[in-house]
Amino acid sequence: MTVAVDSTAARTRGGRAPRPGPFGRLRRSYQKHWYAYAMIAPVVVVLGVLVLYPLVRGFYLTLTDADSLNSARTIGVNHIDATYRFIGLGNYADILWGPTAYDRFWSHFVWTIVWTALCVALHYVIGLGLAMLLNQKLRGRTFYRLLLILPWAVPTFVTVFSWRIMLSDSGVINSVLGSLHLPQPQWLEDPLFQRTAAVLVNTWCGVPFMMVSLLGGLQSIDPVLYEAAEMDGANPWQRFWNVTLPGLRPVSSTVVLLGVIWTFNQFNVIFLLFGNTAPDAQILVTWAYYLGFGQQPRDYAQSAAYGVLLLSMLAVFTSFYYRWLNRNEQLA
Amino acid sequence: MSTTTTVDAPAPRTDTTTEAVRPRRVRRRGERSRLATFATHGVLSLAGLIALFPIAWLIYLSLGPDKDDYLHPGRILGKAAFSNYSFVLEHTNFFKWLQSTLIVSLGTTVVGVLFAATTGYAVSRMRFPGHRKLMWILLLTQAFPIAVLIVPMYEILGDLGLIDTYGGLILVYCSTAVPYCAWLLKGYFDTIPHEIDEAGRIDGLSPFGTFARLIVPLARPGLAVAAFYSFITAFGEVAFASTFMLDDEKYTFAVGLRSFVSEHDAQWNYMAATAVLIAIPVSAFFYLVQRNLVTGLTAGGTKG
Repeated sequence: MTVAVDSTAARTRGGRAPRPGPFGRLRRSYQKHWYAYAMIAPVVVVLGVLVLYPLVRGFYLTLTDADSLNSARTIGVNHIDATYRFIGLGNYADILWGPTAYDRFWSHFVWTIVWTALCVALHYVIGLGLAMLLNQKLRGRTFYRLLLILPWAVPTFVTVFSWRIMLSDSGVINSVLGSLHLPQPQWLEDPLFQRTAAVLVNTWCGVPFMMVSLLGGLQSIDPVLYEAAEMDGANPWQRFWNVTLPGLRPVSSTVVLLGVIWTFNQFNVIFLLFGNTAPDAQILVTWAYYLGFGQQPRDYAQSAAYGVLLLSMLAVFTSFYYRWLNRNEQLA
Repeated sequence: MSTTTTVDAPAPRTDTTTEAVRPRRVRRRGERSRLATFATHGVLSLAGLIALFPIAWLIYLSLGPDKDDYLHPGRILGKAAFSNYSFVLEHTNFFKWLQSTLIVSLGTTVVGVLFAATTGYAVSRMRFPGHRKLMWILLLTQAFPIAVLIVPMYEILGDLGLIDTYGGLILVYCSTAVPYCAWLLKGYFDTIPHEIDEAGRIDGLSPFGTFARLIVPLARPGLAVAAFYSFITAFGEVAFASTFMLDDEKYTFAVGLRSFVSEHDAQWNYMAATAVLIAIPVSAFFYLVQRNLVTGLTAGGTKG
């Protein structure tokens, strides 16, 4: 894996030299790796300035009671200084177990988990199904493929509006349902159907990515494996279960992780579909945005606290996911 | 491969009496019955229709000249016209929005790719102390929910007087675009054989020389994908753009499109026309690069 830079340096140093002191080691490390450090410097600087600094400042804000009434602001020519106070972990306590914490946080939390699990499962299953259909000799395969990635090709901020028109009370979906004598739910008003609509639209938006990635994974599976399985008398289901799914593992593990992260953070679909009107359908991200920018007065501190909580949830999930992947890989 | 050795059906292939079993026996690998082919086409057509319909519907509605036409789609057929398009092009801020969208998206793209390229290379080829940590941070920044940065960013940009400026928005977008491009490019650099680097070293190039003279020319497709991806992300971003851009002449498309449908006035017909105007070039471009996009996205992921 290592390039000439590393391997030559390692060879000349050998294993026998006495272990140098901490400064010596630092200098060694610098001499050996300065190319690498020079190359990563731009990103490290950007990350420090644009991510780390705001993160630290955001974390500090969560320890205060900052809102749009006591933050620094300029009205006309008058500048008003910030007057918010430090209140320690009060925001977190209030969010997690303060009065009405269930309505404000836990209900959105549960819905966010359900939303993520449901959407990713639907993305994966439908995406895999379509990918398997496309992964065979078929007339018009390219045509189908191009057609099916259309929802990915058009920006979501365009397509979600189209869905909004279609799902509105007198929209085309309810007209069709009406002509079939089926109930016509109020997709954009009734809480349960708001959630259904959100999952529906997000599934529509997210399937193409899964489909195309999994199709790539399917094509990379060696056909010889299928032949061997067939020779051993495996039926189609067994072939799917014992050849296709294990063969897809490397792709699946990545796209599922990406899918979970993207769905968990999905802002556009819910925000554009409902705006600030549907408190029940808001997932944590859009709810945090509502707290910080969708209401008056804007509650900056709580919004930032939601952000920190969300980030820690994702960090915990990702590290567990990786640990789980690594363990499974060792077993396999 | 046609000699399947199953226990239950030892019927010889030429036996005409076992008509019912024959089609299954003779069919070769990869061949399907008529019914299966028909079902496949049926499912794919249905899925294709579902994928196409909302967009086709939007195009159709955009042809209805009156404000309430979207409520009565049947009427549009008789009076379809391009009047919405001419209105949008002549009497709205469409071109101003186009300009701001392009400034912001292209700015993000350029900064993202320029800053990320060397890092992607270093992470792909060199093992230095802190390598794993950097990879982990690059991955984690992609998981950042907008909620975690939007409030402090709003404060910081406010302090610097960068609210409602293109530069401010570009800075915000770079916080995700730069690590993202680095990650994407790392995946692409991994696919370039290491022998090329070694050849460069033997010919006396420094690591920088190797990178600039050998790797960058080879990695052009990867760079293009990273560029396209940062462009499309900046293009479609809603939350930051609608919070930080206040002047309606500086809206990006994502914000401008929403401004057609406020609580007071819903101009769905103009909205639809604008949406179509935006969607056509973007999706055309998307189709050109989509194959590379997928390989780029999934390549970097699995190897930590």
